[in-house]
Amino acid sequence: MAPTTKTNKELFVNGILNENPIFRLALSMCPAVGISTSVMNGLLLGIAVLFVQVFSSCTIALIKDYIHPRIRIPTYTLTIATWVTVIDLVLAAYVPVAYKAMGIFVKLIVAFAIITMRLEMFACKNTVTASFWDGLGMGLGFMFAMMTLGFVRELLGMGTLLGYDILGFRPLLFFALPAAGFFLVGLMMAMFNYIEVVYNRRKKGL
Amino acid sequence: MRMDRRHHILVCTFFIWVLLLTGCATEHRFVKKVAFKDKNKVVMTFAGPVDETWAKDVANYSVYEKQDPDILLKITDIALSPDKRTVTLTFEDALNQDQAHILTVTEMMSAGRSQGTAILTVKKLYFGYLFSILIGAMIINNFVFTKYLGLCVFFGTSQKKTTAVGMGITFTIVIVFASMMSWFLYQFVLKPYHLDFLQVVVFIGLVSLSVQAVDTILRKVNPALFKAFGVYLVLVIANCIIIAVPLILADNEYNAWESLMLSLGAGTGFLIALFLMSSVREKLELANVPPTFRGLPIAFVVAGLFALAFLGFSGMSIF
Repeated sequence: MAPTTKTNKELFVNGILNENPIFRLALSMCPAVGISTSVMNGLLLGIAVLFVQVFSSCTIALIKDYIHPRIRIPTYTLTIATWVTVIDLVLAAYVPVAYKAMGIFVKLIVAFAIITMRLEMFACKNTVTASFWDGLGMGLGFMFAMMTLGFVRELLGMGTLLGYDILGFRPLLFFALPAAGFFLVGLMMAMFNYIEVVYNRRKKGL
Repeated sequence: MRMDRRHHILVCTFFIWVLLLTGCATEHRFVKKVAFKDKNKVVMTFAGPVDETWAKDVANYSVYEKQDPDILLKITDIALSPDKRTVTLTFEDALNQDQAHILTVTEMMSAGRSQGTAILTVKKLYFGYLFSILIGAMIINNFVFTKYLGLCVFFGTSQKKTTAVGMGITFTIVIVFASMMSWFLYQFVLKPYHLDFLQVVVFIGLVSLSVQAVDTILRKVNPALFKAFGVYLVLVIANCIIIAVPLILADNEYNAWESLMLSLGAGTGFLIALFLMSSVREKLELANVPPTFRGLPIAFVVAGLFALAFLGFSGMSIF
């Protein structure tokens, strides 16, 4: 594939909407189900992923000319692992409580398919600037999806938002249960599918 | 052929003996057995009769949990059996029997002579403990349905039963291999040299390496098997369970047997989850699902139902 012809703005929006990692590409489902119980968790893991994605993309884009094609996957993995270690130590030092809530998931960013996929599909063929915007878009798309899930689950499950009591009661305690993550992600995907169907039908009608 | 079988039996008996030995060894020649009894009792059996005056003295015993040596547990009652070989210690509070306890017995007196001081470890029957780790990882804390890990591969390969079983078996083999290696590396290299912070980098490198190794070995040793399972090997690296298990092993400081059981449980648990899911999804093909729900969305809803069912296992404990 030749280097991208899209502008930086298009790259940025692409990650958030058209190729949203969770709802559209269906990658990195584990955190979407596992720890999207509150907005705060979603935000923090989103920041961590954003950081790792942007820095790994830039690193790979910088050194892409020196990587032999046959060892490119191990190189990606080790690059990601390095940045994950950095963010892991930083989070453990500055936000220990939230870090504990997220548990093992911060370290597991290393196995998130979305990051490796972006390096393989995009960063190894494009310039540092383009990779930066692509990584930023993808990271923000992930963060957006995680926060949407967290918003719905926290509001419906606990009646709170970011820890503040909003509703004063718990409408559907079911959503606070971990198992509800599966249902919610399934419903969200179906919703995105429906929007796409309606959108295509309108376009054909016009 | 016959020699082969005898060889096998020998190896098996050897392993069983090793297991048994790790199971019930006490650290002093005069003490035959120590074990938990009821909720708050520890029973000691001695090789010979002990003196009553010594046995009834609370100052001769000190007991603490292995995790926190500073907190000594309070003994309220000491009972000696009529043949004077068995001592039962009763504690004020219920003991946390999942933890190993250290029991120090000072200057054991038998027939007027001292038998020395013994430092004993009291823990649950080791076999039972190992078995509970295995079942725990397999069903009660199933990695897919209660810990929500490995979902990408789980949804990707659960469309057909044959694929699901193939993936499950390949995954089990690789995870046992990889987590045993990373356990070894963590316990004997990373921990002694205080390189804990390199966990992520080392484990992911090791996992990729072992996947590559299994690939190469299988290709040479059993080409037929490789043809059947080779495709799944690449997918194994994308599964977060395979990196989660070594991290859990490192966090909990498990020993070799416990690590083996946990990784085996994680692998077979994944196999069970895949099999259950693929059975449902094969039926789902024939069902009349709304178009927007077809494919992944309905699979997620089904997985949610499974997760709810598995919630019923939570809090269950074996032994």
